Order: sequence, then structure tokens, then C-alpha cells
Amino acid sequence: MQELIKRITELLENGEVQRVVGWKKGDLGYNPEPAYFETAEALKDFVYDGFCGANLSKYMIKACELEGKTLVLLKPCDTYSFNQLIKEHRISKEKIYVIGVGCKGKLDIEKIKAMGIKGITAISGVEITDECDTINIETVYGNKTVAYKDAMLERCHVCKGKEHKVYDELFFDSADTDDGDRFAGVDYIESLSPEEKFEFFKKELSKCIRCNACRNVCPACSCRKCVFDSTKFDADRKANVDPFEESMFHIIRAFHVAGRCTDCGECSRVCPQGIPLHLFNRKFIKDINAFYGEYQAGAEVDERSPLTNFTFDDLEPGERR
Amino acid sequence: MKKISKGNLIDLVALMAENQQVYLPVKANGETNYARYTAGAEVDIDTLKTVKSAKEVFFPQSETLYTVVTEDKKYKITQQELQKEEFVLFGVRPCDVKGIEVLDRVFLTDPVDTFYKARRDHGVIVSFACSEPEESCFCKVFGIDCAEPNADVACWVKDGEIFWKALTAKGEALTEKCASVLADADETAVDTLKSDIRNIVEKLPYMNLSLEGWNGEVTDEKFNSEIWETLYKPCLACGTCTFVCPTCQCYDIKDYKTSNGIQKYRCWDSCMYSDFTMMAHGNNRTTQLQRYRQRFMHKLVYFPKNNDGMYSCVGCGRCVDKCPASTNIVKVIKAFMNEEAGK
Repeated sequence: MQELIKRITELLENGEVQRVVGWKKGDLGYNPEPAYFETAEALKDFVYDGFCGANLSKYMIKACELEGKTLVLLKPCDTYSFNQLIKEHRISKEKIYVIGVGCKGKLDIEKIKAMGIKGITAISGVEITDECDTINIETVYGNKTVAYKDAMLERCHVCKGKEHKVYDELFFDSADTDDGDRFAGVDYIESLSPEEKFEFFKKELSKCIRCNACRNVCPACSCRKCVFDSTKFDADRKANVDPFEESMFHIIRAFHVAGRCTDCGECSRVCPQGIPLHLFNRKFIKDINAFYGEYQAGAEVDERSPLTNFTFDDLEPGERR
Repeated sequence: MKKISKGNLIDLVALMAENQQVYLPVKANGETNYARYTAGAEVDIDTLKTVKSAKEVFFPQSETLYTVVTEDKKYKITQQELQKEEFVLFGVRPCDVKGIEVLDRVFLTDPVDTFYKARRDHGVIVSFACSEPEESCFCKVFGIDCAEPNADVACWVKDGEIFWKALTAKGEALTEKCASVLADADETAVDTLKSDIRNIVEKLPYMNLSLEGWNGEVTDEKFNSEIWETLYKPCLACGTCTFVCPTCQCYDIKDYKTSNGIQKYRCWDSCMYSDFTMMAHGNNRTTQLQRYRQRFMHKLVYFPKNNDGMYSCVGCGRCVDKCPASTNIVKVIKAFMNEEAGK
């Protein structure tokens, strides 16, 4: 960790970058926050551990409007979102210095709490330089240990791989965490009857409080003005009097990010009501793979997305492959 | 003092529900929120904090105020009926009870909000002490004792039993209605539990939080601080903190077009949203820094200024638990504490 901080300090001090966007230590052992660091002194609060799940690529839209170059820390999966933003001309690589950081899977504090662990005062074993095998948790109700992988975010069990798709420098080793089936959830829903599907989504989406956290965190939701932020629209960003959230909002959003969603999983990570929003996106990804051949948004900057491309091989409406 | 075995909780709830509506924490699809009790609902009084607070029972996230229907080129306006039946709000934590007191200041002072008042007049609140406070709790900082609920009925859970104590006339009346399932209990039965709770509270990480310097007289000093410039940076401008908050009370009033008229409704608004306080002349807060600052200034400066020093934060810690960028009121207070210490 000291080496990384030393390198970042060097880049800051020699003027190569004007600021750093990374994660700042939290106050509960599991709540680091995305932060701007502009001086070497500020870096004393820098952290990179298992709870740094936040994908910092979207912060680059704002950073690119600032004077000079910004250094950003990206995990392997974040680099897909970063590439996608470049592809969509929302950010410019010339303005950004990317340090790719290794990843041993990111943690979900909700999973730890769901194990009945509460009153947490300290957590250890989650530094990127740790084994990341067992998490030690001190609480006011006694000490606990949890297997690292049992506390990992769903998305890390279906990891796209630990290779950074874009970087200027790399730090830290990664650990393979892919032990799940990426499309198992979609397969399950596909196996349901239309009535059961409707019931499933109605139950999940009726929890929506229309906080828009999913939209705001989403790197693919980068419109300058979102349609849902229009005051002239009946269904703008607040809770409606009809079940709009249940029936429309998330579906519209999923359609809008189809073919551009990298499956970074931030929507599900931030949802305060635990709605598995990634399922929508994965359904689109699965279908795109089936209809147009395997495609991973953000893997390449230069290739065309199947949904914005045309080939004579394309499926006709209603045709299946 | 009365008691009932925790295993018979559903009997108690079902009995209450026989002649009135009962709202209580119900687990649905993995999350616990307040909902109206129906037979078979998964009642969950073990989860310390519901995702949304109890405020939504008195002040729903969205509610129709009146409807307008066009008939034969005439408008027919129908006002939404006010709450008329008695109901029980069961399982509320002491922080949320205090949150309702904060809302009372807003909605029950002139001009009185008739929709809110009708619900307050007809609701009986049964509050539960927090047997196992969590790390994000800091209600004590705001003068709340989570071992001593202050509502119509106070309850404690200990050794598989729920202890029940009526504190008001409304509470006494509810106790009588439930007499068939409640047994007598010794007043001192929960004394050790109370001191255990208070001991735990002292060990929680946020107990060193100080509100010194936050009051209604420091508007300029806090408003103009440079700290906000750093603090707001991680904010995603979503509405999570405002919607899970037991005291956030801002709302918007809007028209929903139906096929032959409109539904006039109100819904929770959020100062984090870019159209917050948008008026005909435009918007007086055009940056996220301004919107972010507004939320905390309102809780810790403007509200106490207008309400005899009462803060509009109750330390429930939901924003600490739920902010997707892990920024929250505790970090704001701490940042100012560090700034003061550094001076």
C-alpha cells in the first residue's frame, strides 16, 4: 500500500496529475467513500480494501471538466465502464491517468449484517494485501469471523476476470473469485410462467422508493439531462401515485442501457431496498449474446455495439437463434 | 406492566387487527418495512431498523389529495377522505417516535396539514426499546434513550417475552382491548435490560459525536464553511438519505393525468434533486454542493432556529447504513468537529 501511495504522491508532486479520485477511509471499518485527493497530505486517509466497491469511472465525467489531469483508481471491472464512457465520448483518456488496482472480490456489508452480525466496531483481514480468506469482525456483542467469499457481492461471484482493459500502471495482485453462473438468475426467471414472472417483478419492484440511486450510480446512465428529470413529464423522478415504479421505470432504464451496460453491478449494490436490478440488464446481455454473438460492453473501445451496428446477418424481428 | 410470550406475538397482533388497522414492520422480499397487517404477513420486530422509517404511516411517500373528473363539460372535484378509523402503529423504535415529534412541529403548526393530523389523531403508537443497538445508531447524541420508549405504549423484549406498559390514556385503552392475551408482570422485570442497553449504547462508535456549535445562531458561519466543498464530492445526488430519513418532510404536489381528469397528489421530495424548490423564476440552488449543504443545514441549523432548538435529526443512522457513497450526517458533523479542533 505504501508503494502505491508513494507513486501517487510522486505523480501529484511532479504535476503530472492535479488530483486523485480514490477511496477515503470510513469511520466504521466498512464505509469508505469515493473522494478527491489534491495534496500528498490528504492521502493519509487513502484506503483500498474489500469495501471499496464503488466504481469510480463515472466520477470521471465531472473530473474531465476540470483543469489538468485526474488520476483515478480502477478495479478490473471498473475499466469496462471506463472504456464504455470513452466510447460514448463522455470522458477523454487524455485527461485521465489510470492506475489499475488488483481485486480479490468486493464485500457486501448487508450480507455480513444478514448473518446477524451487528454492533460492528472494527473489521480486519480485508486489505488488498491480506489473504482475503477470513474476515475478523469486532462487535460490541463479541468477536466474529466470516469467510471472505460468503460476504462478497453477488457480482464478484460472476466476475468478468481480473484483467484491466485500460490502465497506465498496475498495482496489487488479484484473486480469482468467479465461482457462480452469471445467467443462473435469468435462466430461473425465464423458466417461470408469464404470471409468475409478473408476480416476481411486481414484488421486487414494489419495494422501489424511487431514490434513483441505481440511475445515478450507473456509468451507462450518463445523459446530461435524464428524461426522468424533466418537470414536464408525468413520471419524473419522484414516487408516483400509480405503480409507475413497478411497471415502467426500471424497464425503461434497462432498455436504455441495453448493449451499453457492462454488468458492473452497481445498481444492485446501491439499491437501499435490495432489488436485484442487475437481472434486467443480464437478460439483455444474455439475449444480445444469443442473437448477435458473445459481446461484452466496454471490453474494447473501438468495436461497435451490436445494437448500434448493422450486418446482413442480423436477425429479422421475431426470428430466434 | 403486562407481558406476553414473544411466540404469541401474532395472537396479539391479530387481536388488535380485529377491530382496527395495524401497521407494523413486515418482511417482504428480504426487506423489512412498515405495512398494514394482513393474516399471514411475516411480522418482523427483530430487525432493528426498517428500511423506510415509521413516518410513512402518517406521511405516505405518495398520496392523493383530490381528484378532478370532467363530466358533461363540468369539473367534478372530490376530496380524498381523511383517516377516520382508529389504527395502531406497532413496533416503532424510540428514534422513529422522536422523528414523529419532529414532523408534528411541521405539520401540526399553523397551517395544520389536515391529512397528517387526521392520521395522528387516530393512531396509537406502540414503541419497542432497542434490545440490541447497532453501530450506526447515535440517538443518544440527540437526547434519546432507546431503553425507555416514549409513546402510547412502551414495550421491551427480554428472554422470549414482550413486556408491555401503557403510558397514555390511548395506551390504556389499547391495553384493555388486548387484555385477553396480556398477563400481569412485575414493574421491575425490565430494569436490568434497560441498564444493559444503556451500557451497550456507551460502547457504540458514534457516542463521541458532539453537537457543540450546531444551533440556530450559526447560519453564516456554517453556511460559508469551505468544508462543504470536500464533503459533497462523493454525493450521487440520489434521494436515498432523504427517503429513508424519519424526519425529512419536504414534499411536492403534482398532477397525475387520468383519462378524464387529474389526480392531485403529493409525494416525498428530496433536496438532493435538481428540481428541488424550482419556481417560476428558476431555481435558487443550482449546484449539488448547495443542495447537499441544504440538507444538513436544515437538520442542524435552520430547524432548531425555528423550533426552539429541536434538531431534525434523531440519530437513527439509516443514512449511515444506506448512502450508496457512504457520506452521511455523522461524517458532516465529524468534519466540522475536526475543523474546530484544528483551529
